[in-house]
Amino acid sequence: MDRIPILKMGNCLLVSIQVDLHDSLAMALQEDLTDRIAATRARGVLIDISSLEIVDSFIGRMLDQIAAMSRILDAETVVVGMRPAVAITLVELGLVMKGVKTALNVERGMELIRGKLSSGFGADARRRR
Amino acid sequence: MARKVTRPGLASVLRENRGEIIEEWVGQLVAGPSRGPQVDKAELRGQCMSFLDGLLEAVAQGNLTDVGAAEYATLRDFLDHFSRVRAAGGFTSSQTASFVFALKRSLFARIQSEIGKSPVEAAALTLDLSFLLDDLALRTVESYQKSREQVIIRQQQEIAELSTPVVQLWDGILAIPLIGTLDSARTQVVMENLLQSIVDYSAEIAVIDITGVPTVDTLVAQHLLKTVAAARLMGADCIISGIRPQIAQTMVHLGVELDVATKSSLADAFALALERTGRTVRPIKE
Repeated sequence: MDRIPILKMGNCLLVSIQVDLHDSLAMALQEDLTDRIAATRARGVLIDISSLEIVDSFIGRMLDQIAAMSRILDAETVVVGMRPAVAITLVELGLVMKGVKTALNVERGMELIRGKLSSGFGADARRRR
Repeated sequence: MARKVTRPGLASVLRENRGEIIEEWVGQLVAGPSRGPQVDKAELRGQCMSFLDGLLEAVAQGNLTDVGAAEYATLRDFLDHFSRVRAAGGFTSSQTASFVFALKRSLFARIQSEIGKSPVEAAALTLDLSFLLDDLALRTVESYQKSREQVIIRQQQEIAELSTPVVQLWDGILAIPLIGTLDSARTQVVMENLLQSIVDYSAEIAVIDITGVPTVDTLVAQHLLKTVAAARLMGADCIISGIRPQIAQTMVHLGVELDVATKSSLADAFALALERTGRTVRPIKE
């Protein structure tokens, strides 16, 4: 069975979904990702769905769950590159994914994660200056 | 069902009295009570000729009942075109239909005078023709209505396109001034435009200005929230601006809650957007 590759970049994990996610693949990703977060002690997870054309309610909920699981493992999840049509579909399905952070593209998503990760002691650093 | 009726008299009556019938018909149309906007007499005569020629062509084949048959193709095309022109020219539907009805008087008079010696035949012919002209008039009204509907549909599309522009206020800051009532169809257009523009301009913040939205009820609020949620999924934050005092009051009375940043004016929203993207506007001289 195919698996979605999970790349490690510093203290972040990068998941780029390039194929259509079917349900078992999504479940496998959920498992792999939580394992990797625990193993690498990653602080951020970036999921790129820019090539995903079809997102149904199951996948939407799965992304929501991944975010919740990562949060428990103390990692920030950002979903990036959602297509307009996918966004409209998810909203029509009533899935607004409140728990997930979003960004337009990978670059912005990385900035967002870095900002979040540094804000803990970044705020202190700024105050000290 | 095309009931074949052989009325050899009719075609010849039409052919031989073409000129007089048209003259009387035109006179009837010009003097009639429901003539509508002024039409050029020569143009009217041309239309009468086209109609009568089309009718003659069909009647010569012996078909007096089935307007949908192939013999009537020319006449149907003419009537469709005629109705379109009339609809565009500001005629009412009854004024358009009366064009066909006005033919009855002059045509029936001719039949009376030409086939008058056999009253039974004349009466039967008159009855058949009357039904035929009624059918044709109905068809005229129908295509008149169709062309009117097309105009309405086209206008709706134009309004939908016109009223949802997305403008770039600054690098990464978009504004969507909404004008008119937000129904679900328009929300769809707004959403699509906005999301595509977020991608095109790689925007971080979108300001939805509802100054031009006359009322905000629970449904409109729901549509706004949907748009905001979709933009958020694309990684852009929304600010809703242009909420008038009365609208704020109605929203509170209705129990509508907008779970986003709101500002009363577009200027305030723009300032907030600049602040969030780490910018500020200040005078050149300190």
